[in-house]
Amino acid sequence: MASATASALPRRTEPESLPRATRDPAWARWTLTAVALVFLAFFLVLPLVAVFGQAFSKGLGYYLASVSEPDALSAIRLTLLTVAIVVPANVAFGIAAAWAIAKFQFRGKSILTTLIDLPFAVSPVTSGLIYVLVFGAQGWFGPWLIAHNVRIIFAVPGIVLATAFVTFPFVARELIPLMQAQGTDEECSAVTLGANGWQTFWRVTLPNIRWGLFYGVILCNARAMGEFGAVSVVSGHIRGETNTMPLHVEILYNEYNITAAFAVASLLALLALATLVLKSAVEWRPMGGR
Amino acid sequence: MTAARNSRSILPGFGLSLGFTLAYLGLIVLVPLSAAFLRAAGMSVHDFVAAVASPRVMAAYRLSFGASLAAGFVNMVFGLIVAWVLVRYSFPGKRIVDALVDLPFALPTAVAGIALTSLYSTNGWVGRWLAPLGLRVAFTWTGVFVALTFIGLPFVVRTVQPVLQDLEPEVEEAASTLGANRLQAVTRILLPELMPSLLTGFALAFARALGEYGSVVFISGNMPMKTEIVPLLIITKLEQYDYNGATAIAVVMLVASFILLLLINLLQKWSRRYQPI
Repeated sequence: MASATASALPRRTEPESLPRATRDPAWARWTLTAVALVFLAFFLVLPLVAVFGQAFSKGLGYYLASVSEPDALSAIRLTLLTVAIVVPANVAFGIAAAWAIAKFQFRGKSILTTLIDLPFAVSPVTSGLIYVLVFGAQGWFGPWLIAHNVRIIFAVPGIVLATAFVTFPFVARELIPLMQAQGTDEECSAVTLGANGWQTFWRVTLPNIRWGLFYGVILCNARAMGEFGAVSVVSGHIRGETNTMPLHVEILYNEYNITAAFAVASLLALLALATLVLKSAVEWRPMGGR
Repeated sequence: MTAARNSRSILPGFGLSLGFTLAYLGLIVLVPLSAAFLRAAGMSVHDFVAAVASPRVMAAYRLSFGASLAAGFVNMVFGLIVAWVLVRYSFPGKRIVDALVDLPFALPTAVAGIALTSLYSTNGWVGRWLAPLGLRVAFTWTGVFVALTFIGLPFVVRTVQPVLQDLEPEVEEAASTLGANRLQAVTRILLPELMPSLLTGFALAFARALGEYGSVVFISGNMPMKTEIVPLLIITKLEQYDYNGATAIAVVMLVASFILLLLINLLQKWSRRYQPI
């Protein structure tokens, strides 16, 4: 059972002492390790250090002022609001999709699985554009929305929809392989013993998938908070109203308010670091500890 | 999609879960996506071609495809080395390095964009050392390439790493017993085995780079005909209220990514060809 449930999450183990035939000569080991570390230092560590270095370049007082001025706070609030709507919606979808796909046989299943991954193949800019085509002034429902004084594009609902689109597959693609590997035996036993559907889900399925679900939520949350291209198309960039944190960073940067831009960006970088820590914690979890 | 329910299943909730899945998928993904194709289908052939093949758009395709290909190749080479080092060797701090590889997935693209720009501009930490050598990165083709390399970095590492981990040491032992030296074992035995995952990682990184916007717009400088990527061109057209022009270009890019998605699926089937079921 443990090996079956473990298959969906990426899992790393330390290499055991390798047999001699698979061991590289010392000079190759040193060279390759050095090349890899220098490459990663240039492309990963340096940008990260730059964010925090620039953010604090005018001192702590300036930093705190930058992240607590009204426009920054309103951007933080909007980002949190978006996440509070998008993540639960995508969790509900991910669980429903995984339940249908993993626990039942039906025709068109592989097409459905492919369609769920579709948003990953779409450019963020296009993800925003398609909502403009549906809800924008020139779009399908534009005239009706204007007549009824409903704003979706250049308003919060558009930001929520575009974010939901780009983060759509995260939870589902984590849960589908996990629940497929777990099969239906435990749920069938529960039903046979008289549990109803919700009891089966809450007491049998959910405890089994909780780590996979958590993993999907972390990734979905990080992308939802940081989405830039799609949100930038539908937001309209109204300061204090439709600016999310990444858009606020862009505006400050383009106004040459570089230090303030990096101060807000550092909050998003902290989010990224927290995401990596939680993600590795799930991946490094001892095998039996689900 | 007809749903022929498996009569043997005693589990409840099939109708509810599939119904909700299809409704949500339709509302969030399929209906909006079809809007792009329907809008493009409503254009005359002449207008469509004029919108997707003007010199400025062609220059943007060349930049986006060229820089994405170059970044994909660099990531294929260095991604293989990073995956190799992470799987085969041990060194202090390896877990942290391993976790850090996913940074481009977790770091918001706008943050990556301004960080790379500040590093590589002529007075930045890296740029100031390159400037005397006559090498300008920010606001040039190279800048676009650097941003796309950053954004594609985890893909090759994360596709190659699990394959490398699952390789049986016996294969290399056999090669060694049969008289192959280490270089021969790596190039003739290991690399062919890793090729499908390398190509999958490359294709994933390439597909991501094609559509990437946030990390590129800051460092590219956005000069028409020179450093303007395709996604930026879509936004520019939208800001000029040229909805048809924007949609036409978006549809070309959508078709390109769907073809890539298909190729990636085929590659993944190919890479699983020897695996027991």
